[in-house]
Amino acid sequence: MASGEIIVKGGFIIDPTRKIDGDVGDVAIRDGKIVDKVSSSAKVIDAKGKIVMAGGVDVHSHVAGPKVNAGRLMRPEDKLLSGFCRSGMAQKNGYRMESGFSIPSVFKTGYDYARMGYAFVMEAAMPPLLAPHTHEEIHDTPIIDEAALPVFANNWFVMEYLQKGEVENTAAYIAWLLKVTKGYGVKVVNPGGTAAWAWGLNCLSLNDPVPYFEITPGEIIKGLMAANEYLGLPHSIHVHQNNLGNPGNYPDTIASLKLAEGIKTRNKFGREQVLHSTHLQFHSYGGEGWKDFCSKAKEVMDYVNRQKNITIDLGCVTLDETTTMTADGPFEHHLHGLNHLKWTNVDVELETAAGVVPYIYDKNVLPNAIQWATGLELALFAKDMNRTFITTDHPNAGPFTRYPRVIKWLMSKKAREATLATMKNTDKVIAATYIHGIDRELTLFEIAQMTRSGPAKCLGLSSVYGGLAPGMSADVGIFDLNYKNMPGDAEKIETAFQRAACFIKSGEVVVKDGEVVSNGHKKTVWVKVKMPENPQVTRDVSQAFHQGTYTVDIRNYPVREYLAPHQSIIDVNVEA
Amino acid sequence: MATVTLNPTKVPELIFEGYSINPDAFAGKTAAQIAALPGHEGKIHVTIGDFFSVSGDAGATAAETDIVIAGDCSRVKYIGSKMTAGTVIVNGNADMYVGGWMKGGKIHIKGNMDSFCGIQMEGGELLCDGNAGNHVGCAYRGDWRGMKGGTIRVKGNAGNDIGTFMLGGTIIIEKNAFIHVSTHAEGGTVIIKGDVEGRVGGQMVKGEMYVLGKIKFMMPGYKKVDTVEKEVDGVRATFDHYIGDLGERHPKSKGQVVYANLYLKAAA
Repeated sequence: MASGEIIVKGGFIIDPTRKIDGDVGDVAIRDGKIVDKVSSSAKVIDAKGKIVMAGGVDVHSHVAGPKVNAGRLMRPEDKLLSGFCRSGMAQKNGYRMESGFSIPSVFKTGYDYARMGYAFVMEAAMPPLLAPHTHEEIHDTPIIDEAALPVFANNWFVMEYLQKGEVENTAAYIAWLLKVTKGYGVKVVNPGGTAAWAWGLNCLSLNDPVPYFEITPGEIIKGLMAANEYLGLPHSIHVHQNNLGNPGNYPDTIASLKLAEGIKTRNKFGREQVLHSTHLQFHSYGGEGWKDFCSKAKEVMDYVNRQKNITIDLGCVTLDETTTMTADGPFEHHLHGLNHLKWTNVDVELETAAGVVPYIYDKNVLPNAIQWATGLELALFAKDMNRTFITTDHPNAGPFTRYPRVIKWLMSKKAREATLATMKNTDKVIAATYIHGIDRELTLFEIAQMTRSGPAKCLGLSSVYGGLAPGMSADVGIFDLNYKNMPGDAEKIETAFQRAACFIKSGEVVVKDGEVVSNGHKKTVWVKVKMPENPQVTRDVSQAFHQGTYTVDIRNYPVREYLAPHQSIIDVNVEA
Repeated sequence: MATVTLNPTKVPELIFEGYSINPDAFAGKTAAQIAALPGHEGKIHVTIGDFFSVSGDAGATAAETDIVIAGDCSRVKYIGSKMTAGTVIVNGNADMYVGGWMKGGKIHIKGNMDSFCGIQMEGGELLCDGNAGNHVGCAYRGDWRGMKGGTIRVKGNAGNDIGTFMLGGTIIIEKNAFIHVSTHAEGGTVIIKGDVEGRVGGQMVKGEMYVLGKIKFMMPGYKKVDTVEKEVDGVRATFDHYIGDLGERHPKSKGQVVYANLYLKAAA
């Protein structure tokens, strides 16, 4: 671990946690933490004329686990022309080979995030049964700190408890599952719909009954939200709503968001929201079919701006060839029917499912172009950037390596118009979206809120990540941009954020001039809930394993210590 | 026109990945510069000069550059891959990926060539006097976008997986082929002048296939619709016309369902 002292000198500091916007100053680092000052022998890194931000925090990205790996296995062609396959430099310097574009290898994932100055990434959907594998992949991803959200919303235990209205038992089950899977929080993916998929069905609205379980998606979301607040977890429930990706789905989206109305948060981590709505772009569509498909970003954001106890991330379409993968099994089958490309489906007993289909977002295909505009509009209509986060739902709407391009589009109207002008159906895209009429250009401060302070707060991690206050983890990115001249040349924004001039992670320089110079010291973050024993849940879980409902023995279910060797544990105490 | 001659001097211990052996990489370079062009042997960086002596400078552009390899390249991969113009002649055998992803120009292999020749080819001509291995003009592993254009002519036999996921262009096998012809194809033409073991046109959506010999095992998804007389690559004959693969999805054009067509030479 880094023990040396470092001082980053003379950069334009952008730190929304302390409301610092472009002041020229220094950042001092000692023992992997930010400190007030360091001795004169500290290593000096010159940041003059460049901007200095905290390490990035990604609230939602699919970077480890069985479905990511299914995607890698299914798409050898994704690696073919992916660049640094056998980079001589990497070999010489002792780094690992990198491959893949939309589903990069674990090494490329860690290196690319570091090159972009990201310090923390949340794996957005971990099937509990396959948590050991997920943790092995997380451990093999260098540099970045990671955590994973186990999926709960199609879990048989959860649906049975909530069907009987047993929030406390649900909470006890969540606490147990977070402990055995070393998970971080409660992910909700197509609540009820993925369970229905086992019967070849789906749940498209909040009131569609889940077969066998006699519960509705709305009841699952409400129940999990109550259980999450009962426990006081650092993160809120993290929701992928029903009816993803379909024209005219925005009323269902708003109906799901409304479930948070009147719910109060209860936690000790500084989190203010009770529901995080993820990849909102996929849920903000109007029209009755693909012919009159249109953006409803304004309608959705009008609601989000009013409702203060929810946060969102964008899920921006980046107009690339990518690989979609989600625990929303029925959606992937539906997508395969639309594009006829190869499809993988996985069922995870008692818990969840997953599907994988390659997809090409083509700027000349009208619905894709409208999706592109919708994602950006959500950010441009947002009033509180501390509740609005940049994601591409990697790799679903595009690879995470396109965040710098998304930032470029958000910061420069000229860049948006330039992309719009190259489309085949420019006029039709303009007619079906709002983007052409929006002049707003986000500032670097707002970008820092959306990629640093905001997501850290939403995850309950604001004491560690997302800011440059003394005591926080020394994750510091230096980007070659002139604060005084923004947006300036939009292309420069993309280049600067793609390859940090320097990135310090946990007090150690890991990237210099856009190249990785160290494999860093990554950590796996998870949440350990201490609460009184719940005999009912203990018995139910033990029965499920002993009666053979699960195909594995309970002794083989938990993530063993050696699979997550560098843990950072967040304790949560629940009193009886 | 300028001719660059490569004389093999050493047989690679592993396989030499000669991805720089194409007129586009050579264009505008002297013999010495060409010898310094990169390649891989396993994970080790090597140069063309490690395995060949180079004589003659290249032309200013790819179109003005002819490459002659005066000997065997059984352990050299990627000859002429991604080329856009000019010519490559190999006086012997070639290893895998000859003319892969090529867009133009002409390649002539005077011996045999190994698998994956002409994969995802978009244009140009690939001629082989001997036999070809497997995956002639098919898609890269996992990819659903196969050969789009150009011509591949193999004067001998070919192995399996010919024109998989083919979208356009022409493949001619003058002798026999093994299994899997035009699997998943959505366009293009494959002509087999000899016999085929089987699995011709499985899951094929669109495109043409001609077999002038026999098909030992016919796919069950093909239905004979009529008998036609046609001229194919200089041969005039009567063909039984089949459509298929009936088990696969098919697009509609002007209200008519479009099938793949298989023309099998009628028994005399």
